[in-house]
Amino acid sequence: MHVYSINLLAIVYKAPYYRAYRKDLNLMYDAAVIGAGIIGTSVARELSKYPLKTALIEKGSDVAVGTTKANSGIIHAGYDAEPGTNKAKFNALGNPMFDKLCSDLDVTFKRTGSLVIAFNSRDMETVRELYKRGLKNGIPEMHILDDREVKEIEPNLNNSIVGALYASTAGIIDPWELAIALAENAAENGVELLFNHKVTAIEKLKGSFIIRTPETSFESRYIVNCAGLYADEINNMVASPFFKITPRRGQYFVLDKNTGKLVNTVVFQCPGKTSKGVLLTSSVHGNLLIGPDSQVLADRENVETTADRLKFVRETASKTCDNIPFNTTIKTFAGLRATPDTGDFIIAESKDAPGFINAAGIESPGLSSAPAIAEYVVELLKERAGHFKAKKNFNPVRRKAVKFMKLSFDEKVKLVQKDPAYGRIICRCENITEGEIIAAIRRKAGATTLNGVKRRVRPGMGRCQGGFCGPRVMEILARELGMDMKDIVKEEKESYILTGRTKGEQIYRGK
Amino acid sequence: MERFDVAVVGGGPAGLAAAIEAKKNGAESVCVIERDKELGGILQQCIHNGFGLQIFKEDLTGPEYAERFITELKEQNITCKLDTMVLSIDKDRNLDIVNTYDGYMRIKVKAIVLAMGCRERTREAINIPGTRPSGVFTAGTAQRFLNIEGYLVGKKIMMLGTGDIGLIMARRLTLEGAEVKAVLARKGYPGGLMRNVAQCLYDYNIPLMLRHTIVKVAGKDRVEGVLVAKTDEKSRPIPGTEELYECDTLLLSVGLIPENELSKEAGIEIDPATGGPVVNESMETSVGGIFACGNVVHVHNLVDYVTEESRRAGKSAAQFVAKELAADGTTISTESGAGIKYIVPQRIRPANIRERLDLYMRVTGIFKDSKLIVKSGNEVIKSIKKKQMTPGEMERIRIPLNILENLNADVLSVHVERNNT
Repeated sequence: MHVYSINLLAIVYKAPYYRAYRKDLNLMYDAAVIGAGIIGTSVARELSKYPLKTALIEKGSDVAVGTTKANSGIIHAGYDAEPGTNKAKFNALGNPMFDKLCSDLDVTFKRTGSLVIAFNSRDMETVRELYKRGLKNGIPEMHILDDREVKEIEPNLNNSIVGALYASTAGIIDPWELAIALAENAAENGVELLFNHKVTAIEKLKGSFIIRTPETSFESRYIVNCAGLYADEINNMVASPFFKITPRRGQYFVLDKNTGKLVNTVVFQCPGKTSKGVLLTSSVHGNLLIGPDSQVLADRENVETTADRLKFVRETASKTCDNIPFNTTIKTFAGLRATPDTGDFIIAESKDAPGFINAAGIESPGLSSAPAIAEYVVELLKERAGHFKAKKNFNPVRRKAVKFMKLSFDEKVKLVQKDPAYGRIICRCENITEGEIIAAIRRKAGATTLNGVKRRVRPGMGRCQGGFCGPRVMEILARELGMDMKDIVKEEKESYILTGRTKGEQIYRGK
Repeated sequence: MERFDVAVVGGGPAGLAAAIEAKKNGAESVCVIERDKELGGILQQCIHNGFGLQIFKEDLTGPEYAERFITELKEQNITCKLDTMVLSIDKDRNLDIVNTYDGYMRIKVKAIVLAMGCRERTREAINIPGTRPSGVFTAGTAQRFLNIEGYLVGKKIMMLGTGDIGLIMARRLTLEGAEVKAVLARKGYPGGLMRNVAQCLYDYNIPLMLRHTIVKVAGKDRVEGVLVAKTDEKSRPIPGTEELYECDTLLLSVGLIPENELSKEAGIEIDPATGGPVVNESMETSVGGIFACGNVVHVHNLVDYVTEESRRAGKSAAQFVAKELAADGTTISTESGAGIKYIVPQRIRPANIRERLDLYMRVTGIFKDSKLIVKSGNEVIKSIKKKQMTPGEMERIRIPLNILENLNADVLSVHVERNNT
C-alpha cells in the first residue's frame, strides 16, 4: 500500500514539465538508498522491515565494491571517538548489536577483544586517556594492563611493550560478507537491488525526487545518501554543499591462512592524529591482516598500492611484533576512507531538501556503527513521514550458506549424495566446492562477476590468487548466467578478462 | 571402505609414471586420484613440442607424451578416480577424497605417492604495487585459457619473468596475433632453458630485456600499462629509471612453488630450499610409506626427469608394500655447498640402491667453465667439468653404487669450483 499515491498524482498533474519525463520514469519508490556499501545495505535492510517500496541503487556491479571491500574489518569497542560525537554515539550503540545481527544473517563474527599497546610512558598516557574516553562513551569491560598481563594475552608480541588498554568487546568480521548478507536479506524482504546504476542527477519535486542515471530514472519519495566517497557529490545534486569528502588511503598486507594465530586479539599501536594506528589482527578466516597507513589523496578512485607505503606499514608493524611472516604474503591492497571535513559522521535530514537524508562521512568506526546508523536513519524517516508501522512478515533470518569444509564427515557424505555439485572442488587453496559457487550465484544479491564469487565464497582468496580456479569459476558463472565466458568480467563493466576466441577455436566453430 | 596397495595423488606426468611403475613392480591394486576431468596434468595444455627427447628419443608434444603413459596405465588395469579431490592425508595413510560420483569417502592404502605438482607464483607473491585491474595472468593460467578453453587473454602483452612456460607463451601469443612487446628478466640471465629463449623469443623478434622489472601496474578496470624499471646487481629496481609501457595484459612467469598443503598436513618434513618434501634415495618422505615425486618435490624443467624420478618413487612404493624396502642401515645426508641451491635426494640409504644414485640439483648463478665437485667428508669422489651452468637448467650427477658403498663420511656434498684461468 502506498500511502502517498494520491499526493503523487497531484504532483504529476501540477507540474507540466514533469510529464515530459514520464516515458523514462518507469519506477517509483518510497525510499531510494544510494550506495550499496556497508551503510547502504544496512539502511536498506532496516527499511525492509517496513511496508515500503525500497530501492538500493549502486553504481558498481555488486554490493561492497568501494570502501567496504577494503578495510580492517574490525568492530571497535568504542573508546576512540571524542565523547559527544556521532562517532562515539553510534559506535557504542552499534557494537552490541553485532551478535544478534550476525547470528540472524549467518555471518562470522568473533569477539576477540582488542589491545592498544604502549611502548613508553607517553603511550601509557594515551592509553589512560583512551580508557577515560571509553568510560565517558559508556564502553564496558575495559582494563589497563601491565606488560606481564599483555604478554599473557599476546605471547608473540615484542618485549618492548610496557602496557596496554584491553577492551573485550572489540571483534572481527568480514565486512563484505556482512554487506552481502544484509543486501540479500533486504532483497528477500522486498528491496530492489539496482547495480550498474550511477546516479548522475537528482531533481527535487514537491514531495519526491527524481533520480537520474544514464540507463533510467526513478522517482522516490525519500532518499538516503550512503554514497561513501561520493556522498558530498550526491548531496550537492539536490542540496546546498555543506561538507566535503576527502579520500584517505590505507594500505594492508594479507598473509596466508593460519598466520592469524600469531595474535589472539586486535592489536593497535597508540593512535595518531588521523588514524587508529597500524594494527595486527587475524581475519575471521585465519589470515593475518596488517595495516593500514593513512595518506590523504585527491583522487577518489586511487586504490593503488605503493612500495614506499607498504614498507612503512611493514616497518611500523614490526614494532609490535618482529616475527611477522611477511614471506607468506598472499595479497596487498589499498582502501579509501571517506573522510568528511566536518570531522564527524553526518547523519541528518538535509535542511534544504526535506526527505533527503545524508548518512555521509562514514569513515572509521563506520562498520562498527552501521547497524545503529541504519536504525537512526529510519527514525529520521519516520519523523519526516510521520507514519509507518513495521511489516508483520519481515524475516530477519538469512538462509544458511553451506561451508563444505566446515561440515562433519557424515554431513559431507550426505550432502554430496543429495547434491553431487558439492563433490567437485573448484578452489584448491580454500577447498570450495562447485555447489557453494552455484549457490552464491543463485542466491538473491547473487554474484555476477569473478570478484563477486570470490567475495561470497572465497575462490581466488587463497595463495594461488585464482590461477587454478579462475577459469573454472568463469565457466560456472557463464553457465549459470547464460553468458559466454568471454563476457564474464572481474569486477566492473570494463574489467574484461578474455579478448576473443583463438584461431583454432574460430575454425573449429566455423567462424 | 575402499582399500588399495598404492594411492597416487595427482595424474600428471609424475603420478602416471609412479602408478605404472608401482603396478609393474608388484603392487596389486593401484589408484590414481586426479582432480581434473582427464589425466595428463599440465602436459595437456603444453601443446608445443620438446617432450620425450630423453625417455623416448622422440620429439613429442605434451599431450602426446601424456598419451603414452595414459595408454599404458589403462593396459595395466590401474584404477583412476578423475574429477576427484584429495582433501586430507594422515600418517596412517587414510585419505579423505571427494567427487561427484562416489561422493565423500575415506580410503585406506598401504603406500601413498604424492604427485600434486606445483603452482605458479602470483603478482601478489612478488609484490608488484599499483592497481588491481583484470588482465594480469600467470603464464600457466593464460596457457590454459588459450590451449584448453580456446580463448585469447589480451592483445598487447608485457611479460615479466622468463620461466619456460612464459617463454613458450610469448611465442604462442605471437602466433595468435597478439603483440608481445617485451619480456623482462629481473636478473642478468633468463630463468628458463636457453633453447626456449632461442626458439620462442629470438626467432620471433620478441625483445628480451635483461635486468628490468615491473614496479607498478596501472589501469582501473583493465590493465592499461606497466611501469618498467632497470634493476641493479641485486635485482632491485633502480629509482629514476622508470618508463611506462602501454599494454592491456601483464603475463607473469616468475617461478613455481611445489604444492605441499597436503604434505604439510600429513606432518611431512619440508626442505626450505626446494619447497618440497625432504626425500631419500627411494623418494620416500620423512613419513614412512608416503613417497613423493615430480614438481611436488622440486621444480623440474624437463618432463623426462620427472618421469625418471617418478618411476623410482612408484617402484619404491611397491617395494614398501611388499616390505622389501630397507628402512634402516646407514643413512647419508646430502649437503649443498658453494654455488648449489639444493640437492635432491636429501638423504641416502645405500642399502636400497641397486646400480647407481642420481643426484639432482640447481646452481645459484651462472657459471662458465667450472667444475661440480662431489665430496664425501673431505674426500673428493667426483669432479665434473661444466662448460656452462645456469639456475634455469637442472644438473644431474650419477654416482655408481660401488662408490657409495665405500664412503667414509655420512655427508655427501656438492659445490661449484670456479675455473680461475
